[in-house]
Amino acid sequence: MANATFRIWRGNADGAEFVDYDTEVSEGMVVLDAVHRIQAEQANDMAVRWNCKAGKCGSCSAEINGQPKLMCMTRLNDLPLDEPVTVEPMRAFPLIKDLVTDVSWNYKVKEKMKPFTPRPPDAEDGTWRMEQEDIDHIQEFRKCIECFLCQDVCHVLREHDLHDEFIGPRFFVYAASLEMHPIDTENRLEELKDSDGIGYCNITKCCTKVCPEHITITDNAIIPLKERVVDQFYDPIKKLFRVFSQ
Amino acid sequence: MASYETHEYDVLIIGAGGAGLRAAIEAAVGNLKVGLICKSLLGKAHTVMAEGGVAAALANVDERDSWRVHFADTMRGGQYLSNARMAELHAQEAPDRVRELEAWGALFDRTQEGGILQRNFGGHQYPRLAHVGDRTGLEMIRALQDHGIHQGIEVHMENTVVSLLKTGERVSGAFGYEREKGRFKVFSAKSVVLATGGVGKAYKITSNSWEYTGDGHALAYHAGAELIDMEFVQFHPTGMVWPPSVRGILVTEGVRGEGGTLTNSEGKRFMFDDIPELYVNQTADSPEEGWRYTQGDRDARRPPELLTRDHVARCIVREVQEGRGSPHGGVFLDIAWIKEKISNAPEHIRRKLPSMYHQFKELADIDITQEPMEVGPTTHYIMGGIRVDADSQMTAVPGLFAAGECAAGLHGANRLGGNSLSDLLVFGKRAGEYAAQFAEENEAVPLDEAEIDTIAAHTLKPFENPVDDGSGEKIGPYHIQAQLQDKMQELVGIARSQESLTQALEEIQNLRQQAEDVHAVGNREYNAGWHTALDLDCLITVSESIALAALERRASIGAHSRDDYPEKEEPDAGKYNTIVKKATDGTMEIRRQRVDELRADLQEIIDEIG
Repeated sequence: MANATFRIWRGNADGAEFVDYDTEVSEGMVVLDAVHRIQAEQANDMAVRWNCKAGKCGSCSAEINGQPKLMCMTRLNDLPLDEPVTVEPMRAFPLIKDLVTDVSWNYKVKEKMKPFTPRPPDAEDGTWRMEQEDIDHIQEFRKCIECFLCQDVCHVLREHDLHDEFIGPRFFVYAASLEMHPIDTENRLEELKDSDGIGYCNITKCCTKVCPEHITITDNAIIPLKERVVDQFYDPIKKLFRVFSQ
Repeated sequence: MASYETHEYDVLIIGAGGAGLRAAIEAAVGNLKVGLICKSLLGKAHTVMAEGGVAAALANVDERDSWRVHFADTMRGGQYLSNARMAELHAQEAPDRVRELEAWGALFDRTQEGGILQRNFGGHQYPRLAHVGDRTGLEMIRALQDHGIHQGIEVHMENTVVSLLKTGERVSGAFGYEREKGRFKVFSAKSVVLATGGVGKAYKITSNSWEYTGDGHALAYHAGAELIDMEFVQFHPTGMVWPPSVRGILVTEGVRGEGGTLTNSEGKRFMFDDIPELYVNQTADSPEEGWRYTQGDRDARRPPELLTRDHVARCIVREVQEGRGSPHGGVFLDIAWIKEKISNAPEHIRRKLPSMYHQFKELADIDITQEPMEVGPTTHYIMGGIRVDADSQMTAVPGLFAAGECAAGLHGANRLGGNSLSDLLVFGKRAGEYAAQFAEENEAVPLDEAEIDTIAAHTLKPFENPVDDGSGEKIGPYHIQAQLQDKMQELVGIARSQESLTQALEEIQNLRQQAEDVHAVGNREYNAGWHTALDLDCLITVSESIALAALERRASIGAHSRDDYPEKEEPDAGKYNTIVKKATDGTMEIRRQRVDELRADLQEIIDEIG
């Protein structure tokens, strides 16, 4: 057994700082194991959000040595343990306490988006017929575990704080999963252009890089949505057509 | 007097996994005011962990399937201790509940014809599990969540209920705290649905998260409801065993459904050695026949790896105990071998089992397309739980309903894989519907202020308890929890005896004493130590009920194995359920109740299908 130092952000909105904890580490441990050990042995009241500890629920998002990651899927083997491992909460959201942030904004954003609206069923039993190859790309979007790491790393939210004008990569992925759903009939392009602020995204692909589910957020969701928005609102021929047809 | 916020609802749902969300959606169909309490953030509940699929006799892949076969499979899997009416309703209604998810945006994998694809699973005679790769639970909870948020349901995220409130005989609400600041909340409601999931955190090795502390079981028990068949705890045969920090994380049965084999250190497929009588006719004679079954050959019978979970778990324990285990105390689960059978095996495995591929790659440095996994049993599910009326899901307490894992009856002595996702849809809906009906037919009752003050004081007690018990030894909540988990694992695990169970009950009483005096450091803000201290009462209550029921059932049946009573039934005992209830003096009492005779038409199905 070896020891390692974890430099963990402690405090709340009134003030917080890094506190160093030394703890025992063993083979195969992930950062969340170390945090749990520290919590059980040295800091009972430390706040950390987690659930499944298997990369499936997206609760334990944090910044480890400055990188947005799930604590449960970050192995100590992959980190240099000769120096302290820093563990901080996500910085794009308000701090509640220690490693826990207030992510409620994300839930409000989703509630405002137009829900799934299917066409009438194809069959009498109320079901639809869909080809697997037509839904493969949407199933990719639906792998999202809502860890909000993509929101955390997005500079439009993180640095420019445009939470009121921009819904962030997570919800472009959600919008894409609805817009490209073979049986959905709703149109969300106007909102995407206006209130959702898709134009702010300048496709730096930071979100794609941090996605623990390996969803190709920028290429498969955001860029196609941008193209649809352009097609609908900025295509000169369509624009003329709309003027004359009104 | 305690300070708290009050929220008034017609129907209050406690728990926001699949069952709670489904109940909330149903309760909100009329114009009722519905409140939903989540212990975590919305959409993070344990349902996301379900991998393999949701069982429903859609008959999309094999037209011979029907609700009758699903019913018979469920009864056989449960060793005929299930509540037959629940098994009937479940088998009949599951297909509609699955189809309805598609209308709410769920996207299941497709058949060639464009319908919902179904896969094989242990104990199911035909391919029956609608699925999305190996992340079916995530798909379901997301579909329910994304539909649910537009139904006018008020959601309280990161709130924990510590007690139900009763007025006279009736349930009248719940008392809890919100995690962020530790403030108290009182919820008044005309009816309450418990959908709090399971009890896995009572054990050391478990696939369950921190939330699974048996809250609903304990809340219902203290409110006067009965717990039934608590001895039946499902140890899923395949959890990860290495490295130590991931021990217990689930490896889906879907691996075996896709052709994965279990082998011991001698390279032998040991599951062929021990096939229970009840399943001899349904099990493959040779590896070759088993493989054909997994590839959809309708004339082949299933490989013994797909026998019920209780049996597979016991066989794995036997192999390890007899010295034929893998290096880290499990056995080998091999899916890589299918490259002998199909040309694009690695790609096929990654497509069919993407989460498993990543889980092993990232947590254990194992490429499952190239080498076998090491697996062993992990505490996964409890078949026992709150006793409910089969049709309405109401408990013995008027106005109190329960659904999903915390309720009991459907699974008997052993649950079939895939039957919990369908359980929570079918009975979540029913609980929501009948809770709404109860709320419409009954007036609200006033809350008892004095009771609220007493509960509030009790909830704050950990802060007031002295730091040590006088012996100078600090006893923190995590320490007590770990001790309980060790004892339950050791004494109330897969192999039990009168001696181990009697000792367990003594240990549990000691821990209860310690938990009474447990001290919490810090203040009320998002304080994990305080929360753990409060969860201890629930964990200890369910642990006691499991040990007591296990002691009462002097036989080995389904998931319950007694070393001192290896036979399936005690002579002359007949089929019975164990029932735990809080006695008037506050102690836990247990009794047996004979299982009802099957209705003639249901008996006919079993006689015909087997």
